[in-house]
Amino acid sequence: MDFVNAIILLLNYIFIPALTYGSQLALGAIFVTLIYGILRFANFATGDMMSFGTMATILFTWYFQSLGVSLGVLPTALLAIPFGVIFMILYMLLIDKFVFKYYRNQKSPPVQFAMVSIGVMFVTQAVVRIIIGPSDRRFFDGEKFIIKAREFKEMTGLNEGLALKSTQVITIFVTIVLVSLLFWFLNRTKTGKSMKAYSDNEDLALLSGIDPKKIVLVTWVIAGILATIGGALYGLDKSFKPFTYFNNMLPIFAAAIVGGIGNPFGAFLGGYVIAFSEILLTYAYKKFFMYILPESMEPNSLVQLLSTDYKFAVSFSILVIVLIYRPSGIFKGKVL
Amino acid sequence: MVGIFQSWNIALSIFNLCLISAVMTMGANIQWGYAGLINFGIMGYTALGGLAAVLISVDPVQEAWRAGGFDILMSLWLIVVMVLVIRFVLKRFEKSKIRTYSIAAIIISGILLIRFSAEPGIEAIEAVDPAKTGFLGGFGLPIIFSWIVGALFAGGLAFIVGKVALGLRADYLAIATLLISEIVIAIIKHEDWLTRGVKNVIGLKRPAPYEVDLQTTDWFIKLVEKFNSGKLSVIENLADRQAALNQLVIEGSSVFVKLCYSGLFLVVVIILLILTQKALYSPWGRMMRAIRDNEEAANAMGKNVVKQHLLIFILGSAIVGIAGAMLVTQDGLFTPGSYRPMRYTFLIWVMVIVGGSGNNFGAILGGFVVWFLWIEAAPISLFLINFFTSGIPETNALKAHLIESVPYFRFLLMGLGLLFIMRYRPKGILPEKIEIK
Repeated sequence: MDFVNAIILLLNYIFIPALTYGSQLALGAIFVTLIYGILRFANFATGDMMSFGTMATILFTWYFQSLGVSLGVLPTALLAIPFGVIFMILYMLLIDKFVFKYYRNQKSPPVQFAMVSIGVMFVTQAVVRIIIGPSDRRFFDGEKFIIKAREFKEMTGLNEGLALKSTQVITIFVTIVLVSLLFWFLNRTKTGKSMKAYSDNEDLALLSGIDPKKIVLVTWVIAGILATIGGALYGLDKSFKPFTYFNNMLPIFAAAIVGGIGNPFGAFLGGYVIAFSEILLTYAYKKFFMYILPESMEPNSLVQLLSTDYKFAVSFSILVIVLIYRPSGIFKGKVL
Repeated sequence: MVGIFQSWNIALSIFNLCLISAVMTMGANIQWGYAGLINFGIMGYTALGGLAAVLISVDPVQEAWRAGGFDILMSLWLIVVMVLVIRFVLKRFEKSKIRTYSIAAIIISGILLIRFSAEPGIEAIEAVDPAKTGFLGGFGLPIIFSWIVGALFAGGLAFIVGKVALGLRADYLAIATLLISEIVIAIIKHEDWLTRGVKNVIGLKRPAPYEVDLQTTDWFIKLVEKFNSGKLSVIENLADRQAALNQLVIEGSSVFVKLCYSGLFLVVVIILLILTQKALYSPWGRMMRAIRDNEEAANAMGKNVVKQHLLIFILGSAIVGIAGAMLVTQDGLFTPGSYRPMRYTFLIWVMVIVGGSGNNFGAILGGFVVWFLWIEAAPISLFLINFFTSGIPETNALKAHLIESVPYFRFLLMGLGLLFIMRYRPKGILPEKIEIK
């Protein structure tokens, strides 16, 4: 029985939160990786683009709520996401037209692109803050829990409760659907394959008659979908605050590089690598050991490898190590 | 201009921060403009400079040293031993998988050992009067020294980072330095025994006199009286005149203190400007440009590219470290929580790009212009909003919302400024001038 308790404990505090957080990171990381692979620059505006998409979703959610439209037990935001996505794609295409296109035609070096994306970052940040303000916003409605900790205890008679938030289930479910659709698109359709070719070798792709404008357009559309959904899921699960989104850019970058930048599948797994290592290394295992060890051997301290303050530092350290020993990432990046 | 519109006090504090920004920008400019190295870790070096200011100027906390000093020194020894062992392993054995794994094992076990040995010491130190101290304190030296020590600290970190990361491609280097600076901030924030963490260190020593002392010093009061004799003589009543004088003295004292800082900072900026200018036109500067413009060719000419990159990375970071120490000196307090990449990394980069990379005067100009706009963006945009919406009634929701979000227009201004400069004047306001003789 103690053993089952210990497993439930780990599930509740490590596995499910890490899976959720990992999915949110994974969507962002695929976004980064796509931009890097096809448009060939590190997009420092990632976090803020995600916050823009989330902002659009929140605005539509409020609009629907004021109309009285809702999805019952599901959060209204799910209904608003498609509209947020459209908004986001329009914004991205606008930025691409006025900013990035010029440098693409000039064939500027990636560093210059990165600098330009910092300009975009500043502008997007300003736009988001001017429209919705910098404060914390929660836009979740509907049923909060699928399984409550207390109900679970009563149901199974265990000491440890397992709480399953509906946002967690939605996040994981949506991520799986979205990512499988994306991989189907990239590997099976003609457009997806031509994107791959473009990423591998631009000149050859152009020679074989691939239209670069279409590739860029499709890339931004996919990026808009990923950014908005990733951002909105994070906002649903936690809360929306522009500054946190800006900070989230860093673990997202870490995930993309750890997985091998330019490689969407690597980025997808990289998100989970980062999330799990962050949570595994900073979790206090005291209670876990209390269950599995006999009473005489129970630990006195918290059995915590690193304090939770170092959560971000963990993912960054992993990234630095990967960069030194395997700069192409775990899954060999720079092939789409 | 601000002096006339708002007050001399505000004008001077903006001026001081402009000077500090100029120093930071010069540091970043050395790396980016001279050598083409991208460093997004400016925030980390700034914070280390600030840490130096704390460690140099604060009086040592005797009690804390007694409580946990021994443990801390022990762990320091352990770190030194660990580094030596790793060096030994690196030297003695050929590169192999086993060597890599054993080094990893040494590091991990070393960290665990240090944690165990330092834990009681850290707890004891943090328990010493946590409301006031709760940390080891510093050396109690005048804070000016910290400017040099800050440079050393930042240079030391840059040495480690450079060794690790300089081989990376440009955009990877940018991301790596950005993340490393975040790690530095995380450590400074949470190692309370060293820095008091988010509890902040306040009331640092100053190189300039205190306002309160000035207000009671005779020569200063006379000075203020002399400056304002015209204004004072208009007032007939003796008591009124005295009151007016007191008011002027209070105002004057804070202006005077800020002027002292400005003087000190100006000296630093001028010294750095002379040095960097000399370096730029020296054979060394030519070599750096050659390396920047064509690494392979420079390498083929027998220049040690790796070594020079490391050197310039350290130099630039050290200058940023000086700026960090200056910043904390000016503020008189150290708040690790306030170090954010937006303000301390990206804004500095905007300054470098806008000012003109590779040109020291451009860097200083960028520091001044961008910082001035960053501060004054809110008043300017408020004025513009009021101007354009003057026909709309005060109660209009849109207008109220816009006025409420005035502080965020500075981001918009910075972003648009950066984008326009990058597009229409990619070399900055003052582009790099290379004289070929």
